[in-house]
Amino acid sequence: MGKTFAQKILAKKSNLKNVEVGQIVTVHPDHLLMHDNTAAIISKISKDLKQYGIYDPNLPIIVLDHVVPASDEKTALNHKQIREFVKNYHIKNFFDIGNGICHQVVIEKGYALPSKLILGSDSHTCSYGALGAFSTGIDRTEASALLLTGETWLKVPHSIKIIFKGKLNHYVSAKDLILYIIGKIGADGANYASVEFHGDVHNLTIDDRITIANMGVEMGAKNAVFPVDDITLQYLSSIGGTGSDYEISWADDDAEYAEIIEIDLSQVPISVAVPHSVDAWKTIDEVEGIEIDQCFLGTCTNGRLSDLKIAAEILWGRKVSPNTRLLVLPASRKVFEDAIRLGYIDTLSKAGALILPTGCGPCLGAHQGVLAPGEKCISTANRNFKGRMGCNESEIYLASPAVVAASAIYGKITNPEKV
Amino acid sequence: MKVWKYGDNINTDMLFPGKYTYTCSKPEEIKPHLLEDLDAEFSNNVQPGDILIVGKNFGCGSSREQPTVGLKFVGIEAIIGESFSRIFYRSAINQGLILIECPDAVKEYTKDMPVKIDYQKSIIFIGDKTFNFPKLPPEILAIRDAGGLLEYTRKKLQERGK
Repeated sequence: MGKTFAQKILAKKSNLKNVEVGQIVTVHPDHLLMHDNTAAIISKISKDLKQYGIYDPNLPIIVLDHVVPASDEKTALNHKQIREFVKNYHIKNFFDIGNGICHQVVIEKGYALPSKLILGSDSHTCSYGALGAFSTGIDRTEASALLLTGETWLKVPHSIKIIFKGKLNHYVSAKDLILYIIGKIGADGANYASVEFHGDVHNLTIDDRITIANMGVEMGAKNAVFPVDDITLQYLSSIGGTGSDYEISWADDDAEYAEIIEIDLSQVPISVAVPHSVDAWKTIDEVEGIEIDQCFLGTCTNGRLSDLKIAAEILWGRKVSPNTRLLVLPASRKVFEDAIRLGYIDTLSKAGALILPTGCGPCLGAHQGVLAPGEKCISTANRNFKGRMGCNESEIYLASPAVVAASAIYGKITNPEKV
Repeated sequence: MKVWKYGDNINTDMLFPGKYTYTCSKPEEIKPHLLEDLDAEFSNNVQPGDILIVGKNFGCGSSREQPTVGLKFVGIEAIIGESFSRIFYRSAINQGLILIECPDAVKEYTKDMPVKIDYQKSIIFIGDKTFNFPKLPPEILAIRDAGGLLEYTRKKLQERGK
């Protein structure tokens, strides 16, 4: 019997020939991602760090992105403590405020490489499966222990194979596809599983793949991974990676799967997840016309150049409705600079959008773009949980950048095909 | 001992709102906001030894650990659930908080039924019925029984230092 991707990577990372589903293995991850929560992580082990030191200063990647720039004294102090830690422990992989959202930075800076094992104290660490890495989220306590020992345990997950057939229709995006899949299998449909994407993946760009892998955790997946193909290799060489930095690994044809799901991409409709769960899936036709107070384009799910491009194309020469407001948040400084160069920022700003500094911003309700009671937001983010955007009496609809841009023009949920 | 019963897909924003994640990290700061958007009665009335009985996919969403840290701090004896989200499950082990996956027991429970757990024999008693649940693998039990991952890690580092 052949091996799944998860079996191969976890065998390699635990120095074993073979691993079986359900086996518990000890692994040394290639990297540990942390963000603003680094302050809480190091405070748990301040005495231990003095006694034992850090296991490897090259293990952590720290990106300040969750509440940037600091919104109050407490978050400012968090950032200050993190900067001191970085200095004292000679942490090389540090990205201060303004570089971007951690997942976008990890990808752009070339840490997310094929067959790497990356753990992160953020649930959307699973994004790096887009580049063929095995990556998954852990809590702060585990990040603390990893700083001290460089090792942890993982259980070898069962795998689900999702086979894509054909191509998405015009105005149907990767976001619609992943909302459709989650709607189909449910918010726990892939709980604990390693999800592998097979079939016509060549019809999906790197940006598409990141959007899809990013939302793997919203169906409960441990990791969600794409095969490495020419599109991946082209992207990696565009950011300066060399083939010697990584190995390529993929599932055997006769690997064993707990479930195999086929998706005909041409049948995927423009999709929206309605309050308050990501699997509350509707087609655009079912929700068209719902009045919207805030439109939000950005986040680690949909804040990349292609997302800003489609929004700029839709909003070019048009205005955001006076009945709503549009917030735009580029996923990184690089995305922001490219979008300036290509005129997207100009177009969006002239349409009436408020451009926010790169970071996590309104997505987690900590600052910027918090909703008022009774308000509705349409967002390109990955979660529409009750209270997610800072107010438990507001509602969040999840959609693609095209739907958010079209909705901004009319102040109500709008099908971009009709703009 | 009180049993708190909740449904399916209870996410981490309901267990501990995201807006507090970068300002509250210590257990005593977490407690007042624990389950704030799920059950306003919980944080004022929970007592050490109380049990949670929950539906499927409990703890889905963010990797924030305030829910597991908080539930351990207020003295929750165990959470019996149909299923748990992966990061939450792992985080509970790291805090030494006991989770028991036992869908049949969850389905059997109705309000005010007495609930008892025999950890040695891995049996849940609900009313006059009993339910067996699987034991955790020994390497994972060792972490939980050390009181959590940091205690376990410190022990390991001390042994290596000798």
